[in-house]
Amino acid sequence: MSKKFLTLMSLLLVMAIVVTGCSSPAKEPAPSETPSTEAPAETPSTGEKKILRTNNSSEPGSLDPALAQGTHESWILSNTFEGLMTYDQEGKVVPGIAESYELSEDNLTYTFKLRDAKWSNGDPVTAHDFEFSWKRALDPELAADYAFQLYYIKGAEAYNTGEGSVDDVMVKALDDKTLEVTLEAPTGYFLELTAFYTYYPVSKNVVEANPDWAKTPETHISNGPFKLVTWEHNAYIELEKNPNYYAADQIKLDGIHFDIIEDENTAWQKYEGGEYDILATLPQAVAAQMSAENNPELVIGNQVGVYYYNLNSEIKPFNNAKVRNALSMAIDRTVIVEKITQGGQMAAEGAVPYGLTDETGGEYRDKVGNLIVEDPAKAKQLFEEGLAEEGMTVEDFNKAGFVLLFNTLEAHKKIAQAVQEMWRTNLGINIGIENVEFQVKLDREKAGDYHISRGGWTGDYMDPMTILDLWLTGGAFNDARYSNAEYDKLILEAKGTADQNIRFNNMREAEKILMKDMPIIPVYFYTQPYAVKPNVEGIYKLPIYYPTITYANIK
Amino acid sequence: MKRYLLKRLAMSIVTLWAVITITFILMHSVPGNPFAAESKMPKVVYENLQKKYGLDKPLTEQYFIYLGNLLKGDLGDSMKSRVETVNDMIERGFPVSARLGVQALLIAICFGPALGAFAALYQNKLPDYISMIIAIIGISVPSFIMGTVLIQFVARNVDWLPIGGWGEFKHTILPSFAMALMPMATMARLMRSSMLEVLGQDYIKTAKSKGITRAAVILKHAVRNAILPVISVLGTTISNLLVGSFVIEKIFGIPGLGMFFVKSINNRDYTLIMGTTIFYAAILITMLLLVDIAYMFIDPRIKLTKEGR
Repeated sequence: MSKKFLTLMSLLLVMAIVVTGCSSPAKEPAPSETPSTEAPAETPSTGEKKILRTNNSSEPGSLDPALAQGTHESWILSNTFEGLMTYDQEGKVVPGIAESYELSEDNLTYTFKLRDAKWSNGDPVTAHDFEFSWKRALDPELAADYAFQLYYIKGAEAYNTGEGSVDDVMVKALDDKTLEVTLEAPTGYFLELTAFYTYYPVSKNVVEANPDWAKTPETHISNGPFKLVTWEHNAYIELEKNPNYYAADQIKLDGIHFDIIEDENTAWQKYEGGEYDILATLPQAVAAQMSAENNPELVIGNQVGVYYYNLNSEIKPFNNAKVRNALSMAIDRTVIVEKITQGGQMAAEGAVPYGLTDETGGEYRDKVGNLIVEDPAKAKQLFEEGLAEEGMTVEDFNKAGFVLLFNTLEAHKKIAQAVQEMWRTNLGINIGIENVEFQVKLDREKAGDYHISRGGWTGDYMDPMTILDLWLTGGAFNDARYSNAEYDKLILEAKGTADQNIRFNNMREAEKILMKDMPIIPVYFYTQPYAVKPNVEGIYKLPIYYPTITYANIK
Repeated sequence: MKRYLLKRLAMSIVTLWAVITITFILMHSVPGNPFAAESKMPKVVYENLQKKYGLDKPLTEQYFIYLGNLLKGDLGDSMKSRVETVNDMIERGFPVSARLGVQALLIAICFGPALGAFAALYQNKLPDYISMIIAIIGISVPSFIMGTVLIQFVARNVDWLPIGGWGEFKHTILPSFAMALMPMATMARLMRSSMLEVLGQDYIKTAKSKGITRAAVILKHAVRNAILPVISVLGTTISNLLVGSFVIEKIFGIPGLGMFFVKSINNRDYTLIMGTTIFYAAILITMLLLVDIAYMFIDPRIKLTKEGR
């Protein structure tokens, strides 16, 4: 044992010497790797190449368009893929991989003619690729979260839900350059949907040969303006200009570098330190400060999104429309957007946000007008009337201990506190506030285990329907458990027709009914404030997307 | 000794099994599930997903399937990433976190005990106060503040130091320091108190009276005895540093393992929750085992010194 003791002691002695020796010369600690890590001399060469640098705030769950679920994927995908149609700078739907299209008399069958486009490996993009891609996204085996975006195609839902066959999905390549799609019902916004990521094509040859194609840059073949060259998980993603892209001459950048940094503040520090050319998500305080200073780098981007409170209509007295309307009337939305959110958000004027066009091509909201009334005095009167109808008094209401539920986030808390105070002063009621984890909130909403809860929705496509069909009776996200036969009828009729007049008239009527019944209290319309360095041009934002950086140029 | 080791090994496996079982039960009893996102996903698609990941089976069956796969070393597919399996994520994230952890550990070991020893030698004099102020800051300032301060005042002013991100050695400097501060401060305080105790011992007086130089007394006699308590905290310190810190990795944008501990729970990514928990538990259990084994060697020495007195 004593030998072992001696070895241990000598080890300790060595350590002690290291310890004391270490403290005197102030050496650079722990260069754990050889100096080669310092060496990569990339600085001189970057002067030549135009690389746009930015942050994609979350690691993509997949870069396979069929499996994408949200902005942290679609921002990368929209630069690497292109669908049949795409958007121009004004947000108009224009032909992308399709050169032209025809719509049948009955508004059910689209025939797309494809242009001569190529995959990043040089193969031609064919109609067979599209047929393959859409059927693949619907394959129940693939279990794609967003497969429902393809349900407009005849037979798609049946196949995805396991009740139909793949052969009955009505998308067919007539030849290499012609794609025929038959819809379940006339859909006024189908062309826009073909610009959505679930509708992007993937290369049939590549995917069939290698099911894991989307996992590594070497096998990630795309048809858009850029191609994937590096994917360091959770660290960064690099895209390089795709020379095979049909409109490559319009692309001025040589590449895009996306960091993957989740912390908003760190990303902001990097932007401010000059490491990024554009930053798409700003910390709320930063946006407010930039806005107050009129900082020219700040852009308040449009967004199709609405922030609202669900009222659980299965619980007394929230089943009473007067009570619900009173709660809405007692909220001062201007204070919320000007003093709390401060990022250029707009006080809600209904359920459908600004930025969507109607049948005439004008702003949708112009013909509906402001459907929100704010009137504290009337609110109190209405509230008491409503309570009386339910056989309650304000005391009963206060004793019931109603609670406003939101998912844990500082911004939600501030708004909830403000609303709590507005209800207290204007209606004389006490409502508690409770924050829970996001997943728990979803669970409780689904189970109807709440009184009032925070909700929010951002549009998936550029049509008011993306918001309005949420409150169909029994809808998956109808957490307010709203049910109105007239509303359902108007919405379903609008969904089943291609007649734009009927569609928009119905949607306007439906929104009016919704705001009369007030199952949800809209608070504000979202915006997306983002920052762009002065030497970068050509970045713009379409309402349902992240800022478009594809056509950017660095001067 | 062999018997003792075997017994400890068996205990470790039982502990690990308990951790697995408790985590599994707790994880499935909290509300929420991996596919409940705010999207219009139809019920059937949701069911397809449940089926794909085997969540449609009864819990007990899921549990035994999981244990079976675990024995084969398969931690399963992540329910959020369609790109990487849980094994991939740990294989990729652990070296990153471990690299930071080792660097932080080296910084802590280099400076912590030295700071403590220095303070003890100048007890109640200026150097003592300065070192202890540093140690108190290290212990009491949370790492998310330290990280932000380092970014704001160091990275923003030193051109070649990046603000965050990953890729080169320079990216690791600030996070290593931010992570090192806490263990360094702990070690400094431990070292100071044990050093003060040792300095008052008779054998130090004996050594001094023998006419040995002050430096030799401190190095050969005081430090090597005083450092023992520091070694005893190394087991937990090392395992904590190796698996990474959620806060530091988030602030500095580092693709390590620490992030997964919190994110997996927020996402209810069941397989990732299990994977990271088992991995951390295994490392911790191994480290504690190693420390215990080290004690076996140290034990007789303690007796020896006692006898020597």
